[in-house]
Amino acid sequence: MQRFSCPFCGLRDEREFHFAGEAGKTRPDTTQDVSDKEWANYLFFCKNTKGPTREIWVHTTCQEYFIMERDSVTMEVLGTTAMRKDTA
Amino acid sequence: MTSTLAQKSAKATQGEIDMTRHYSAFSVFREGLKGHKGWAPLWRSPAPQDAYDVIVIGGGGHGLATAYYLAKNHGIRKVAVIEKGWLGGGNTGRNTTVIRSNYFYPESTRLYDLSVRLYEKLSRDINYNVMFSQRGMMVLTHSEAEMEIASRTVNAMQINGVDAELLDVKDVQKKAPILNYRSDARYPIHGAIFQGRGGTGRHDAVAWGYARAADQQGVDIIQNCEVTGFLIEGGVCKGVETTLGKIRSDRVGVAVAGHSSVLAEMGGYNLPINSYALQAFVTEAVKPVMDTVAFSPMTGSYFSQSDKGGLVIGGGLDRIPSYAQRGNTPTQETVLSGIIEMAPALAKVKLLRHWAGNVDVSPDSSPLIGPSGTQGIYINCGWGTGGFKAIPAGGYVFAHLLATGNHHDISRPFDPDRFRTGRLLDEAAGSGIAH
Ligand SMILES: Cc1cc2nc3c(=O)[nH]c(=O)nc-3n(C[C@H](O)[C@H](O)[C@H](O)COP(=O)(O)OP(=O)(O)OC[C@H]3O[C@@H](n4cnc5c(N)ncnc54)[C@H](O)[C@@H]3O)c2cc1C
Ligand SMILES: [Zn+2]
Repeated sequence: MQRFSCPFCGLRDEREFHFAGEAGKTRPDTTQDVSDKEWANYLFFCKNTKGPTREIWVHTTCQEYFIMERDSVTMEVLGTTAMRKDTA
Repeated sequence: MTSTLAQKSAKATQGEIDMTRHYSAFSVFREGLKGHKGWAPLWRSPAPQDAYDVIVIGGGGHGLATAYYLAKNHGIRKVAVIEKGWLGGGNTGRNTTVIRSNYFYPESTRLYDLSVRLYEKLSRDINYNVMFSQRGMMVLTHSEAEMEIASRTVNAMQINGVDAELLDVKDVQKKAPILNYRSDARYPIHGAIFQGRGGTGRHDAVAWGYARAADQQGVDIIQNCEVTGFLIEGGVCKGVETTLGKIRSDRVGVAVAGHSSVLAEMGGYNLPINSYALQAFVTEAVKPVMDTVAFSPMTGSYFSQSDKGGLVIGGGLDRIPSYAQRGNTPTQETVLSGIIEMAPALAKVKLLRHWAGNVDVSPDSSPLIGPSGTQGIYINCGWGTGGFKAIPAGGYVFAHLLATGNHHDISRPFDPDRFRTGRLLDEAAGSGIAH
């Protein structure tokens, strides 16, 4: 059992979290023409990195989406950061 | 007197000529009389040559079957299979060995039923007992609504030309009395989709049998040799870099399952794959209690009983992307509690071993077979949690692609271009089994 740190709730059981996708992808600009290839890359293709990764996760109990940096071989969590912008 | 290494190996080769290679009841008897000292090794362990007609990366079932069919069906014998560890040490030697073709879409049925048909003849074809036991496979249903969907699946399978039966609860009970038939069961059994030609096989034997048969056709099987890069010249792949040096070839096939994305990065192409751990469990041996395979979509767990008596248990993926060949405890709890729900009598049986493999999951849970995007490199991956059953067909169509440069009709729908055209083959939605 692992515990992940939700930026909002703190350390919680891994079962409360869901992997949402790889971080760093940019949604195609739909005000321009978007090719099938660009959509496919955005929707389906990914790096699936072996080793240190940056991923988007969601804490399902509070619905906070955040960035988690992990090592996909050792499963060590390297850090989590909120995706929300500061409202202040 | 001392002899040089070369003389020694020449002698060894000479000696091997009279060794027993063909397997039969007679050769077992004859070797029995000679203390089993005359068996030839299953395959040679040659040093890599400088160049091959085709290089196959990955010594799992798919890589080895590909090499065998390249030689057998296409007469291409100057082939190397390059494996970083030992043969079958990936998912092929770690899986729960269920073989079936109970899919929904005609494209999937053509692929997976070709595989079942090749499995039916495989032991004879490669003169190696892969212990394919057609003990049947059932997908349980737990409500009236699921029974309706099950009859739709059975119809689809029959229309696609595959054997399928809709069982009611009495039929299920006859085939698998150990399951939970109590009226207060959390997931009461209403019936099942049954495929009688499905069953289990011996995973190591599939890898070893194909390796031996490929070797006999002249294929070089090179173990303990990791591919560390591709030789790309003018944007075209001309071979591979390995821990044993450069090996050249104009055609390279990549069948490395959970490591597909790692090779993609080296080769300059992209894949829609995520790697996850998938776990399996085996219990201590018990008396025969289960002579078919049962899967419950409700709990996600399934089990069969091996010839040795151990219950072989599997379930869903770990939910954290991973390259670690080990699983996590929440998934263990889920899978095992699913088994206890299916067959409460098994609650006290002890686990003997459990492990995980590293599986390559695609967005529509169907495989990817086709050109990689980098000229000269072809891919066979995305089998995810269900590619053992597909080894003969995967090797068959991948060999066709590598030999001719064109798809076999059966592999065409599985080209990675489907993610661009939108013609996905979502079997997780279609047949309700996430493979
Ligand atoms: C626990 C578990 C249960 C399963 N149950 C079933 C089941 O019941 N039925 C079913 O049909 N399927 C099942 N599967 C899925 C099935 O095992 C796989 O889909 C199938 O074995 C894939 O075969 P493969 O040859 O593609 O990959 P593998 O057998 O994984 O072979 C790939 C090989 O590539 C090698 N490799 C990787 N990188 C390199 C490199 N850089 N250089 C050289 N070699 C490299 C690896 O060492 C490995 O040996 C299960 C899988 C698991 C893990
Ligand atoms: Zn939270």
